[in-house]
Amino acid sequence: MAGADDPARRWQQAVLAARLFGLDPAGLGGVVVRAGPGPVGDLWLEELLDSLAPGAPVRRIPVGTSDERLLGGLDLTATLAGGRPVLDRGILAALDGGVALLPLAERLPAGTAARVAGVMDTGMVQLERDGFTARHPTRLGLVLFDEGQESDEAVPEALRQRAAFWIDLDGIALADCLADVPEPDGHGRLPTGDVAGELVEALVHGAVALGVDALTAPLLALRAARAHAALRGSKLVAPVDVATAAGLVLAPRATRIPELPEPEPEAEPPPPEPPPDTDNASDEPPPDTTPPEQDQTLPEELVLEAVAAALPPALLEALRKGARVRARQEPQSSGGGARQAASMRGRPIGARPGHLRSGARIALLETLRAAAPWQALRQRTAPLTDTHAINAASAVRARIQVRPSDIQLRRYARRAESTVIFAVDASGSQAFHRLAEVKGAVELVLADAYAARTQVALIAFRGSAAEMLVPPTRALVRARTLLGALPGGGPTPLAAGLEAARLLAHAEKAKGRSVLVMVLTDGKANIALDGAPGRAQAGADALAAAARLRLAGVTSVLVDSGRFASTEARELALAMGARHVPLPNPRAGTVQMLVTDGLAQAKASAGGPVRSGGGLR
Amino acid sequence: MRPVYPFSAIVGQDEMKRALLVACVEPRIGGVMVFGDRGTGKSTAVRALAQLLPPLKATADCPWHCNPVDDPARCPHCSTHRVPGTRVKAVDFAAPVVDLPLGATEDRVVGALDLERALTRGEKAFEPGLLARADRGFLYIDEVNLLEDHLVDVLLDVAASGENIVEREGLSVRHPARFVLVGSGNPEEGELRPQLLDRFGLSVDVRTPQDIPSRIEVIRRRDAFDRDPKAFLANWQAADAALRNKIIKARKRIDALEPDQDILELISRLCLAIGSDGLRGELTLLRAARALAALDGAKTITATHVREAAPMALRHRLRRNPLDDTGSGARIERALADVMG
Ligand SMILES: [Zn+2]
Repeated sequence: MAGADDPARRWQQAVLAARLFGLDPAGLGGVVVRAGPGPVGDLWLEELLDSLAPGAPVRRIPVGTSDERLLGGLDLTATLAGGRPVLDRGILAALDGGVALLPLAERLPAGTAARVAGVMDTGMVQLERDGFTARHPTRLGLVLFDEGQESDEAVPEALRQRAAFWIDLDGIALADCLADVPEPDGHGRLPTGDVAGELVEALVHGAVALGVDALTAPLLALRAARAHAALRGSKLVAPVDVATAAGLVLAPRATRIPELPEPEPEAEPPPPEPPPDTDNASDEPPPDTTPPEQDQTLPEELVLEAVAAALPPALLEALRKGARVRARQEPQSSGGGARQAASMRGRPIGARPGHLRSGARIALLETLRAAAPWQALRQRTAPLTDTHAINAASAVRARIQVRPSDIQLRRYARRAESTVIFAVDASGSQAFHRLAEVKGAVELVLADAYAARTQVALIAFRGSAAEMLVPPTRALVRARTLLGALPGGGPTPLAAGLEAARLLAHAEKAKGRSVLVMVLTDGKANIALDGAPGRAQAGADALAAAARLRLAGVTSVLVDSGRFASTEARELALAMGARHVPLPNPRAGTVQMLVTDGLAQAKASAGGPVRSGGGLR
Repeated sequence: MRPVYPFSAIVGQDEMKRALLVACVEPRIGGVMVFGDRGTGKSTAVRALAQLLPPLKATADCPWHCNPVDDPARCPHCSTHRVPGTRVKAVDFAAPVVDLPLGATEDRVVGALDLERALTRGEKAFEPGLLARADRGFLYIDEVNLLEDHLVDVLLDVAASGENIVEREGLSVRHPARFVLVGSGNPEEGELRPQLLDRFGLSVDVRTPQDIPSRIEVIRRRDAFDRDPKAFLANWQAADAALRNKIIKARKRIDALEPDQDILELISRLCLAIGSDGLRGELTLLRAARALAALDGAKTITATHVREAAPMALRHRLRRNPLDDTGSGARIERALADVMG
């Protein structure tokens, strides 16, 4: 299985994915490209663009692209100049038969991802905006560049799952890309005939063996097999096509190691049989008319072998360790860059009359609507030189006259988004009880949090380190699953817990959210920040970490869950600037109440109280 | 128009299909919410309804496609255009299944001043929105949890009252908007606010089929459809037609189905057992059981129909108990076992 790790081979597989995708962008959905900045990513993109049908449209969609640009809407300049509503078709509708490039896809807001996914599912842009109704056929594929550095950034699952190929260019050097990847034999059309039943079954079995639940995976693999046959110039899908497709589509999605035909996957593997497509496809006679059953191996085994050879070593390692492998979770309703601005501004809730002043955003369509009924009258009565008329297309005769009294401003409801971070002492004999109640509190907060848009995260510390058991989430179901097996007992790395809470708090604040840290502990630390045992250093480290939390401007509450209120806990609270609440038997309901109070305080300290109903900004 | 995968060709997913059929037969059910992972075919099933639904009768020449047997006063067109006492000409009209795409603006949803006519002709006319188009049919929102809350509120209000009232830009319009609201979403992506969820009549959970033969069949059919949609649709036309007949017959039968005292008591006891308060749960359960009985061609509503309807009608009405991990399905099963033995 050394093959999967070899950079040169990985490059060849990446190029193969690009060529397959180029043949059938809409059918294969997309390619998720994991790549840092550098020439290798550019080189790959070049390969992809070369593989596309001539004339296929390609457009870049930056992260902050608005709905108006993405889906289309009113073209204001043309509307003002022409005196009648003019539609701007938007980016997606211009991409029928082509490819959208999405840089920084890991920062794509969930809403944008869902809009694009909807277009992919229906094969059209359904425009219902700004007074326009239109259907634009739009069959497109996506290239999603995952450039995320942080572990909590990931390409939205809604798009990731619709992309056939997930390729990783990290660790591939320019030198690895030098060897020519053989040019394909055929540029033919995709074979449209039936694929032998056993080949379809092999893909389904292969997906199940790899623990891939979604049926999109074998479906996309089947499409990829067709594209691979076309690349070989064959009209028939053969086992080699299916095996290659499985390696490219199914392997990166694996959540468990398949039971291989060989009993011992760890044993020294025989020199891997390189898939004929990448290494010596040109030496092969085009098996155009060769019946598929020429291969002696059963298709199912062939698929599993291909997958095993293609499993990324890191994934394999994680699977072997029995680590829980989830497809890299998107940070649910959070997100970076563009989203940040949006959440600061709040969601638009309509428009109302107002005066233009700095900072106010004009609601163009509503303004035009307000002005529209008066046009006939104004054209008759107002001279063209009317100084009150705002003439956006000043070079042209003012076809539409807009007066200050028409102006409508956008209204935003300020979003009261916030994150509650539980940092829970999971050590010692009291751990079990404390954890059960915290779990209850987490669920109560989430059950109550819909309107308030509150996310909850949970960090548990015990043994020698802190662990983020629940990354920030708003989904009760997800939190419940993650909290399923809360471990407890062992020594107390309090400082590590507080540090983890501070780092997360910092990241959440950077996204424009208000943050509350709920620390549940008896304050008795015995593991220092570096993991070494010893009460004195552990205590000092904890106090230092607490002070850093305070310096970071994080609102916090310390629930002192010791049997007797302790000096250590009180000092810790003081250092953190936290409210100190001695609560020997913390109950879920009580903790939830403390969260509600704390959140109000956190919001107040994060730049003024939240206005109800929104207002102008 | 891009071909749509036929309803009858969907493998498995029985509860979802039954819930949607219930809504076809009993539009007053109050909407259907479909939860499920990606790629489970939630949206396929809903969009397939357009091909399945029997055509409606509409008033000829009425842009609102109003029902000829309704009071013309309710229709913005016929209230002013129809001469009282004249015979109404009825035409066939395809039952609408309207997709509300994410990113739709409010003016297109509720309707607004027709900008083109206002600008070019100085006329103040109302341009109907998606709510008007969905009247007498289905309104579907994929990823409903990502829709702006204020739009969801509007939709639920209109769906409950059956009427859309627009007061904006100097317009004052009211028109009928009786539709079945169908939402779908992935619970892993953030849940629906409980107060919204409560307002859906039925709620179903869809999972990817787990048995291998079903999984293979899903792939086979989907692949066949993708390669040659026309041939595939032709193959399934008869099955869809049979299902359509079933809906038509069930619609005729449903009004004659009256629950007897035992069934009413059973429904009350079930709702009590799961702690769903308010009448809404009981009423929905009764309507769903009745629609299922009508679909099955049964002479009476039986305990079997109630048993089948209970999960979809009550699942989202369970009193939330954060400390009880038991899935909602299991809790319903428990209540069913307790009450029905
Ligand atoms: Zn009418």
